[in-house]
Amino acid sequence: MTTTDNLSRASATTGATRSLTRITQAPLFGASIALVVAIVAFGILSPRFLTLGNFSLIFQQSVVIGILAVAQTLIILTAGIDLSVGAIAVLGTIVVTMTSESVGAPLALLVTLLVCVALASINGGLVTLLGLPPFIVTLGTFTAIVAATRLVAGSQTFPVSDPLLTFLGNKFSIGGFTTTYGVVAMVVVYIVVGYSLTQTAWGRHVYAVGGNPVAARLSGVQANRTIFSVYLLSGVIALIGAWAALGRIPNADPNAYQNANLETITAVVIGGTSLFGGRGGVLGTLIGTLIVGVLRNGLTLAGVDNLYQNIATGVLVIIAVAVDQVMRRRNAR
Amino acid sequence: MKFQRPRQWTLAIAAAAALVSVSACADTDPGASEAPGGAEGDVKIGLVTKTDSNPFFVKMREAAQSATDEHGAELIALAGAFDGDNEGQVAAIENLVSQGVDGIMITPNSSSGILAAIESAREQGVLVVALDTATDPEDAVDATFATDNFAAGVAQGAWVKAALGDTEPQLLMLDGTPGGTVDTFRHDGFLEGIGLTEDSPQVLGMESTNGDQTKAQTAMENLLQRAPQANALYTINEPAAAGGHAAIVAAGLQDQIVIGSIDGSCTGVENVKKGVIGATVMQFPTKMAEQGVEAIVAFAKDGTKPKGGFNDTGSVLITDNPAEGVESEDTAWGAENCWG
Repeated sequence: MTTTDNLSRASATTGATRSLTRITQAPLFGASIALVVAIVAFGILSPRFLTLGNFSLIFQQSVVIGILAVAQTLIILTAGIDLSVGAIAVLGTIVVTMTSESVGAPLALLVTLLVCVALASINGGLVTLLGLPPFIVTLGTFTAIVAATRLVAGSQTFPVSDPLLTFLGNKFSIGGFTTTYGVVAMVVVYIVVGYSLTQTAWGRHVYAVGGNPVAARLSGVQANRTIFSVYLLSGVIALIGAWAALGRIPNADPNAYQNANLETITAVVIGGTSLFGGRGGVLGTLIGTLIVGVLRNGLTLAGVDNLYQNIATGVLVIIAVAVDQVMRRRNAR
Repeated sequence: MKFQRPRQWTLAIAAAAALVSVSACADTDPGASEAPGGAEGDVKIGLVTKTDSNPFFVKMREAAQSATDEHGAELIALAGAFDGDNEGQVAAIENLVSQGVDGIMITPNSSSGILAAIESAREQGVLVVALDTATDPEDAVDATFATDNFAAGVAQGAWVKAALGDTEPQLLMLDGTPGGTVDTFRHDGFLEGIGLTEDSPQVLGMESTNGDQTKAQTAMENLLQRAPQANALYTINEPAAAGGHAAIVAAGLQDQIVIGSIDGSCTGVENVKKGVIGATVMQFPTKMAEQGVEAIVAFAKDGTKPKGGFNDTGSVLITDNPAEGVESEDTAWGAENCWG
């Protein structure tokens, strides 16, 4: 036990693959069970729940939070937290819509990518160069970006009709299962980031700086560079989230996704990623996102007040954190 | 690893038990008492309010519940997560359609953002009616049951003008959320009622409050710093009026400024009685819900569609200082008819 755990805590260099598999997969178990139980329970409660059309709906409803939760997972793995990721995406929807009217959608997407990455790099710069706590940094940028979004938009909403900007909302069918390109985009983001985290040196560095920064530094990992790269990537993911949001609802709205920061943290935590960093992964986050989506949809189909959804979600968050604490204490022993 | 297994199982079982128990206690909800996939022909109605915390929507929901009970129908009540949450309302509509409801009543958070979801629901044969807030365009839904907010604003403005008598109005305005349709109608109606325009020199200042008492108090404190000579105050709703009044009392100007408001909550009526607000215009969320339920029940029975377009559910000015030429009821009547 002890040997394996020590290994996993200093997984940056040796025994990496084996212990990495363990630390990324262990908390997945509980989340998967919860998802299966929820699906079975709602299948029994409502005959309409277990249909292809309904599952297609749950995926479509999970796309935006699902994508943004990938950025949140990366940052939490470095023992950080990002309260601003939703706000950056919402600003992105406004900027891309407004600029596309004058410069066209492709260039507007590029401009917006730069805006999102620039804002995310402010977070990254303050966290790494000045060593400020991520919670406070992103609380500040969150507050400022929400206000800036309203200023830029003049508190108006903008209907979007450009076919490229709404592309991720287009539907297609595979074997009777109708879905959107937004769902595909979400899956691609999970696969790319999941692969990078588990199969590349960069991924091992992300786990290392979060799990044990001292050991990581002693092993020659450049902590600041790794952490900064994670924030940069969160900006790119925010743009993809913004694009998917316009596909889902073709209306750029400065009031949208006000709770996206907390919803992404919820998905990450339910998915078993540790808020203390270094343990977890994006597969858990996908399951966490789907659990929240399944609860929202399933309770409606069962004809139940949607406040119960929040109770169930809250209970799951606490259980997930409790699991994490128990595992941490065992590892520390 | 060996030692971790049992613990993980315990936790997994705890998670499962928690989920099941939440579902189980949810089952005691009256809306869910019917067995899943119950008898064909049961009318199912969805209600999607802006939030589930505002007493206005709580009252609307209670009225919808008793109206559906009366018709032997089933109500599923959902809401946005916060004021302005369009995405949550879109998901709610999609899930209600997936559930197989006959009709949906919605108070849209975004008059334009919600359109695609409504269109898709109507295409699948669901009757959609708007309550309280119209969609933009209005004919995106089968019918709208709401207060004529412009008329309500006019009534408030006319009473404030009458209360001032021969004194020239020096007006401050505590608005709601910039760009909101309801806010614009009330604001413009008030100006018409008091006989001013947006750029009249008598309009000394306006601030957004989101209809929130704390924000309204701060906004009013700042406005009074700028314009201590004000003698009339428009408020978007009663919490804004209460916040504005607190700032006015703190500045010692309560005998100088006349406050008008809109809503008709029981707290608001009580405040009119106590003299905190001069007059308020009561609206009737109960009627909106009842007429919406009736429309959907009729549609589910034989496909009858309601009268399209805007159906005014009326509004009544409540004050204990009636003014000549402005119809009103007193606070005793108001206390009997207020909405929580």
